[in-house]
Amino acid sequence: MQMQRSIRLPSRVRRGPYQLVGAVAICLVAAYILVGAQQFSNFLTVGAIYALIALGYTMVYGIIELINFAHGDVFGMGAFVALWLLTVAGFHGAIDNPLVLAVVLVALFLLTMGIMGLVGMVIERVAYRPLRNAPRLAPLITAIGVSFILENIMQAFFGPSPVTSPQIFDLNARFNVAGASIGYLNVFIVLVAVALMIALQVFVGRTRLGRAMRSTAQDREAAQLMGVNIDQTIAITFFIGSALAGAGGIVWALYFGYALFNQGFYAGLFAFTAAVLGGIGNTTGAALGGFFIGFLYVAAAQYGYFRWFEVLVFGVLVLVLVFRPSGLLGQQLGERA
Amino acid sequence: MTGEAPAPPERVSLLDRVRAVSASHRSVSSIVTMAIVTAVLPLAALVPPFSSFNPQSVWVNSFADAGVFVLLALGLNIVVGLAGLLDLGYAAFFAIGAYTYAYGASPFSGNDFPFWIMLLVGALVAATFGLLLGAPTLRLRGDYLAIVTLGFGEIVPTVFLNADKYTKGTNGISGVYAPGLLNLHFQSTNPWPFYLTMAAIVTVAIIAIFRLQDSRLGRAWMAIREDELAAASNGVNTVSTKLLAFALGASTAGLGGVFVAAKLSFVSPDQFGFTVSFTVLAMVVLGGMGNIWGVGIGAFIVFIIQTVILKELNAALAGTPLAFIDFLQYQYLLYGLALVAMMLLRPEGLFPSARRRRELHVAEETEGEPAPAGAMGGIEP
Amino acid sequence: MSADRGNTNATGEAAVTGGVAAEGGATTAAADAAAPAGKAAAEPRILLRATRVTRQFGGLVAVREIDFDIPEGAIVSLIGPNGAGKTTFFNVLAGVTEPTAGRVDFVGRRMIARPVRAWLEPVIWLLPSVIVGLIAAGLDTVERSGRLASLAAIVALLVLIAMLLMASIRSDTYRRLLDRMGIFRSARPNDMVRAGLGRTFQNIRLFQNMTASENVLVGMHTRLRSTPLDALLSTPRQRAEEARSRVRASELLALVGLEGRDDTVARNLPYGDQRRLELARAIASEPSLLLLDEPTAGMNPRETADLTALIARLRRDLGLTILLIEHDMRVVMGISDRVTVLDHGERIAEGTPDEVRRDPRVIEAYLGAPAE
Repeated sequence: MQMQRSIRLPSRVRRGPYQLVGAVAICLVAAYILVGAQQFSNFLTVGAIYALIALGYTMVYGIIELINFAHGDVFGMGAFVALWLLTVAGFHGAIDNPLVLAVVLVALFLLTMGIMGLVGMVIERVAYRPLRNAPRLAPLITAIGVSFILENIMQAFFGPSPVTSPQIFDLNARFNVAGASIGYLNVFIVLVAVALMIALQVFVGRTRLGRAMRSTAQDREAAQLMGVNIDQTIAITFFIGSALAGAGGIVWALYFGYALFNQGFYAGLFAFTAAVLGGIGNTTGAALGGFFIGFLYVAAAQYGYFRWFEVLVFGVLVLVLVFRPSGLLGQQLGERA
Repeated sequence: MTGEAPAPPERVSLLDRVRAVSASHRSVSSIVTMAIVTAVLPLAALVPPFSSFNPQSVWVNSFADAGVFVLLALGLNIVVGLAGLLDLGYAAFFAIGAYTYAYGASPFSGNDFPFWIMLLVGALVAATFGLLLGAPTLRLRGDYLAIVTLGFGEIVPTVFLNADKYTKGTNGISGVYAPGLLNLHFQSTNPWPFYLTMAAIVTVAIIAIFRLQDSRLGRAWMAIREDELAAASNGVNTVSTKLLAFALGASTAGLGGVFVAAKLSFVSPDQFGFTVSFTVLAMVVLGGMGNIWGVGIGAFIVFIIQTVILKELNAALAGTPLAFIDFLQYQYLLYGLALVAMMLLRPEGLFPSARRRRELHVAEETEGEPAPAGAMGGIEP
Repeated sequence: MSADRGNTNATGEAAVTGGVAAEGGATTAAADAAAPAGKAAAEPRILLRATRVTRQFGGLVAVREIDFDIPEGAIVSLIGPNGAGKTTFFNVLAGVTEPTAGRVDFVGRRMIARPVRAWLEPVIWLLPSVIVGLIAAGLDTVERSGRLASLAAIVALLVLIAMLLMASIRSDTYRRLLDRMGIFRSARPNDMVRAGLGRTFQNIRLFQNMTASENVLVGMHTRLRSTPLDALLSTPRQRAEEARSRVRASELLALVGLEGRDDTVARNLPYGDQRRLELARAIASEPSLLLLDEPTAGMNPRETADLTALIARLRRDLGLTILLIEHDMRVVMGISDRVTVLDHGERIAEGTPDEVRRDPRVIEAYLGAPAE
């Protein structure tokens, strides 16, 4: 299921899916032991958010080899759009009727993800596509410029301090498992994230557009010769990646109950670390990396090092780059021409 | 440096001759230019449009602060303009330089080393951190440097903030000693010594960067920027060459940091946020990546606009219906827009170097579109 | 020019009558004024030896277990139909592409192979300073004034810098250290150049916005000695070297037929001249082995003949050994001592041009019909 260059992967690096599942299971058990049942559910929830953002990073990097600095801010904007949609629709407190809640959530996800996907497409069209053949520095600089533009737009509309989001989920709706009280919201978030990831894997692996994306990631010129519409494929990649980041934003607003104009900056940095950790260009790796960052978040909080969380994540990034720049699941990309 | 002045083919105007001479005696011409600029700026502050904003001493103080950003932009230009790497955490090295001086000369640490020695120490310490950060990163693709430096730029202030036992955290270190030279003790009420010191530092930096640019190392930077594989295949050690650019850029920022700590006699983590890195990057891009004079001018103009003109605009609009626009608040939006617009429309910057213009307009020229002539492209031959 | 060409042909034919690779090389060396007289009679040294080199891209095997020797002084050619793995193999030799298996020895030293214990390298960088740090922490608990600890912290930092600097320059001491630890990292392109390998590219890769002279000066990079500190202080040594190297660059440009074009920006040169400039840049590093990747690609017959003559002349004047990738059969058959044929990543024939020309497998795989 690797999105990029799975064909070129040397066979000895490729692992069987069972090995991967086994390793993940062991890690989950270890995490459970380390943080306990209560925090375990929080770790999965936070991890889901970072995983959703990391997916967009890794997809965009996989296809045009650009670090899309604006991606984190697309996530931040997603949180604001969700919050704004809920406010405009007149929701303030928890919705008790499960049917209404389901309808509202479906509408919220569809709308926000659609809007953020379009935002991503517009960014690509305006700021990256004209520079596709320019020196590498150029799109990176526009990317950081776009990031600042997005942050300032959010600041202009919502102000420089955190904005509280309507809590449509009843936070008191919890159930007890293994001595821990777990919110239905947590379960919902993890389920949504996993569902989106599975949908993405199916899309990339099984559909015609997914095939076009993979072939473009592997060799743009060859793909073009085979009749793939490169511009359209890249635009769709941005749409999907940004929509996923938007989903992350919704989840953030629901779970943390606020949005801040520059929250995407850090979230983007963490999600990028997740993507590198998993092997950039590899969607499965990005998802796992996201959950790892979520684990760090929860563990740092639990052991009283929360204000060092950023430093911790940065340390992970540097260590990965030093010892395994291809990431845990990625292919060798070190000093490539 | 080698005396190979480009022979002016047709009209041998005075300007051409000046250019030819300045190309062959770059160090002397840099000194002369900077001396003239240093003398003219305070005088310009006495002339009506400028004198109405601020009294002269306030202007000179602004110029000294602007000098810091000129220095930062010159340093970042080594990394971005000459070597073609993207450093998004440049303020971190600025911070490291400033804190180095705060440790070296303040009541907080109990040390009192002379400012002039600490300038060197600050540069060295910043370069060290540049090496530490660059060594693992520069072996990889260039993009990784951008994100790692972005992270580093955030982490360094966070560390200074969180390690409050050693840095007094958010309160910052105050009472940092001012420099002294012979019998003259610099005082914050008198901006002139700071202004002249900064002018001297910038002059030295300009000469040093010109010399590096025209050397074997400068050619290697250029080669890497143009085609990394071809550079490596011609024997250029791409990793150590890039590392050197990165460390030199960092040391320049370290210099600036020491100066700022001494001038403000105060350091705190929030002076060195991402907005500083971003502002300096915008200065380099606006001034024209790779063009030493252009970057310097760009940084100076941007700084003056940022600190003086925008404030004046706010004041001028105070009574009008446009008063709700706070230009100071939206300056970063402007920078963001400027970065994107510049890369799309005029990637060579407002004051381009001839070479960078050629480079950045490859795609257009091959499509048969004429490259726009640089309106102010005469600074570098 | 035509005399040159005739001369080369004669050498080639002498090699053919010799029949064996070793003798072919010896004949060439004897004809070469630059070769040391004493060695001419002995077996020529093998300058580059590739052993069972394999490069896989996922399921696709681009190059499979190729053994390949380049004797000193010879012109050796590599031919094969499109997609035969020529350029991949070439990139392995130049240090650009890491081989999946096999090794390459150059001037008697193992240069390229799969890395051994490469993960240990960062450990070496960090270990000394970590040890110093631990000692400092230990002392700190005993002494408690903090002075010693901060001193140790500074020492640890300096040790770390020294290690990183040594690693990035890859100094000889560092290389020996790696050898002793049993760590091996495959050579990078610049390591190969330093060892004496020059190359050109199939699709010209000049520094397009630099002048012809600057391009050649970059080529001379490994042969220049001035340090950044020299440049900063503008020392007499630095200035003298700059002046000297500019003259040398001019000479090299003249040697390839680009006299007077020193200050022309590379991208403004005509196509054929760009190829010549790339050649000048490649020989500026004073290589012992020159790898040429389709040097006549995209040229008309007249330009091709000129460039072939130029290559032969350079080889004679500079005492070069040359590996040539070509698809133009006339070029290959005209000047090669030995020809190796690749198809589907495998070596299907190797021998003198005449032998290869007659080999039925080659005819089937590549020529379709005997070459003209």
